[in-house]
Amino acid sequence: MATAIAAQTHTITVLVDNRPGVLARVSGLFARRGYNIESLTVSITDNPNMSRMTIVVAGDADTLEQITKQLHKLIDVHKVFDYLDTPMLERELVLLKVQSEPERRAEILQLVEIFRGKVVDIADRAMVIEVTGGGDKIDSFEKQMEPFGIRELVRTGRIAMMRGSRTV
Amino acid sequence: MAKIKSTGAKALLESLRREGVEIIFGYPGGAVIPLYDEIYHCDFLQHVLVRHEQGGGHMAEGYSHATGKVGVCIGTSGPGATNLVTAICDAMMDSIPMVAITGQVRTEVIGKDAFQEADITGITMPITKHNWLVKDVNDLPRVMHEAFHIARSGRPGPVLVDVPVDVFRAIVEYDPDEVQNIEISSFKSDFKVHKVQVKRAAELIAQAKKPVLYVGGGAKAAGAEHLVQALAHKTGFPVTTTLHGLGTFPENDPLSLGMLGMHGTAYANLAVEHCDLLIAIGARFDDRVTGKVSAFAQNAKVIHFDIDPGEINKVRRADVSIVGNCAEALEALLPLVDETQDISEWRAELDAWRVDMPLEFNDGAQDGTLHAEWVIREIARLTDRNVVVTTDVGQHQMWAAQHFGMRSPRQFITSGGLGTMGFGLPAAIGASFGVGPDKDVWCISGDGSFQMCIQELIVATIYKLPVKIAILNNTFLGMVRQWQEMFWQKHYSSVDMERAPDFVLVAEAYGMLGLRCDNVADVEATIRKAMETDGPVLMDFRVVKETNVYPMIPSGQTVGDMIVRKPQQIEEPESTCHYQPRDTRMPVVDEVVDVAR
Ligand SMILES: Cc1cc2nc3c(=O)[nH]c(=O)nc-3n(C[C@H](O)[C@H](O)[C@H](O)COP(=O)(O)OP(=O)(O)OC[C@H]3O[C@@H](n4cnc5c(N)ncnc54)[C@H](O)[C@@H]3O)c2cc1C
Ligand SMILES: Cc1ncc(C[n+]2csc(CCOP(=O)(O)OP(=O)(O)O)c2C)c(N)n1
Ligand SMILES: [Mg+2]
Repeated sequence: MATAIAAQTHTITVLVDNRPGVLARVSGLFARRGYNIESLTVSITDNPNMSRMTIVVAGDADTLEQITKQLHKLIDVHKVFDYLDTPMLERELVLLKVQSEPERRAEILQLVEIFRGKVVDIADRAMVIEVTGGGDKIDSFEKQMEPFGIRELVRTGRIAMMRGSRTV
Repeated sequence: MAKIKSTGAKALLESLRREGVEIIFGYPGGAVIPLYDEIYHCDFLQHVLVRHEQGGGHMAEGYSHATGKVGVCIGTSGPGATNLVTAICDAMMDSIPMVAITGQVRTEVIGKDAFQEADITGITMPITKHNWLVKDVNDLPRVMHEAFHIARSGRPGPVLVDVPVDVFRAIVEYDPDEVQNIEISSFKSDFKVHKVQVKRAAELIAQAKKPVLYVGGGAKAAGAEHLVQALAHKTGFPVTTTLHGLGTFPENDPLSLGMLGMHGTAYANLAVEHCDLLIAIGARFDDRVTGKVSAFAQNAKVIHFDIDPGEINKVRRADVSIVGNCAEALEALLPLVDETQDISEWRAELDAWRVDMPLEFNDGAQDGTLHAEWVIREIARLTDRNVVVTTDVGQHQMWAAQHFGMRSPRQFITSGGLGTMGFGLPAAIGASFGVGPDKDVWCISGDGSFQMCIQELIVATIYKLPVKIAILNNTFLGMVRQWQEMFWQKHYSSVDMERAPDFVLVAEAYGMLGLRCDNVADVEATIRKAMETDGPVLMDFRVVKETNVYPMIPSGQTVGDMIVRKPQQIEEPESTCHYQPRDTRMPVVDEVVDVAR
């Protein structure tokens, strides 16, 4: 069942009990079954007893099927949603601290504009820029910033939601 | 019912009573003294004091294997809890329902590396269905009932409840009826059998020319043996079982092919190799069964019955999958299958293989040698197979699987998934508590494995359990030696067990009858003596040292690579080329030369 295609990635949303140890159970499952996590975010939800995990995994359809089924077996897991054939929104946020010599600021600000980012802090020789969007957009923003000198960077990891009125 | 007020420890025992627990296997220590104080006053529960927590865990497993009920074991915090780990993992691999209860250090010192603190919920996270650290006594009664519910529902398995010592002592006020009404919305175990899938299965069955039923431990867990038999008899389809399926289909039935897999019968493996429809019932395509997965039952469509959705398509893609209790599914399937399907050609093919490549064994009639297989066959014959059998792990285990000829489910109790040496004796003790004093339990063990939980002998003595231990003593870690012989040029590295305690004296030291048998002529008398003697008996059968289990499909290979019997044409090199039996004498003091000087 192995495929030669470079590993695809899938986004899954997992609703779990908001309880200590749950993250360890989920990440432990991925580790011991050899599933690759590209990113994982955990957040609160509108229900205080529930947390929402968004996990980006690498693997083919068979792997995704197994991941989904194995996740369901964890007692803390209420729902697993894999967005297959579902229009979805995906977002990440990056905070990027870039070297900004006074003479190059304008250039940087122009790029920030194009990416609809925001300057959230500024100092003599550096500024911090915030950009949100899909992973590709953020990748390319990073690339644009590289020539100026990226001093520090942090990304949130992906969050996802279905389009339309349906909910997970 | 009105609320009651009690200590956490007492509430825990009340939950056991309500869950119908009659026996628990445990070992005390600081963190569980409050629980043991309640046990001291308890009148509905038998507590068996084991001699090592691992033994207690395997006893709980053996009890569960034999009865289908949930086994319960107890250990104290720290080392008591970690000693349970092997048994918990064993239960996980073999889907045995078990509740392990461990003590924990006081809540206020958790995380401070307190004396005898071990993060047992962390340690057992991957080897339990679920576990809990109960920090609030108000949660304890509910958690206990959830624990039993999860352990026995769906695919059975072990759970662990870790209770800090102060929680045992704290007072809880609760309604015991209310906490029993559990509802875990995120735990789904009652998968409804899909009627459409059952119909599709029936269609595949109707088209099959060369079908095989492949029956595993799930059929036993479901109590579906009668349905499996009904299906086989209605259709005339041959049946092979996994190690854990043994007994689910009686091996004296003409449709039985015996066990398949690495050490399965040649004809079962050939049947699977050539079949066009493989019907897996509560079996999980373990690698000991499939060998090289891509070559396994290559031409077959697969119908897969399993209660765990995660098993479907895990190893082998199913053409039709039926998730749910296989008993329910088989019940739905039975009316849809046809009794007039003609597979006589296929049956003839199978019969030819059966004749060409039967299971072989040496009864010693020719050369007077004593073989483990023969001892097993004699135990089966003389007990009329009306006993429970447990095994340890190794060659003797495979020979028992091949040669005993199981008749009923829950008759054969073995560690399959984890392959835990040391399982046999405590499992036999646990099984004996389960089936009662009127049924003998035979523990077929190896000289290596037996020494891994030997301390539990005393439990058999104390309770006068009819546990008959047959050590098939080949003075080797035989299974490893076999691999070294076959695949590692006879480099017999660290498998020599020649230096061993005198097992007969060990038996006597533990207060039971010990018998030695070193020749074929005495086998029957030895077995009869053991059967006639009340209570436990230990037999040390000195069997041929270097023999191998055949047939064998080497790990990860295919039926084409199966070694059906001992290769005969090759002149065996003397086993001295690489292997020098060590000088096993204890050094005399004068002989010891100080090499440093
Ligand atoms: C030295 C050694 C050699 C071995 N050689 C062999 C060999 O040659 N052949 C062999 O077969 N094994 C062999 N084994 C054992 C092997 O490792 C596996 O343990 C065994 O094959 C698994 O059996 P199983 O497929 O029946 O699954 P089990 O482990 O018994 O699992 C049961 C399955 O049934 C499902 N199930 C549970 N309840 C239900 C229900 N109510 N309804 C439907 N499904 C249910 C479960 O989800 C699970 O998938 C060997 C082990 C050792 C230690
Ligand atoms: C706890 C444990 N350690 C190591 C092994 C690896 N192992 C598998 S079979 C075997 C040899 C068993 O020897 P014995 O009990 O004498 O049985 P025999 O094969 O000789 O019949 C060993 C060491 C194991 N299965 N379990
Ligand atoms: Mg041995």
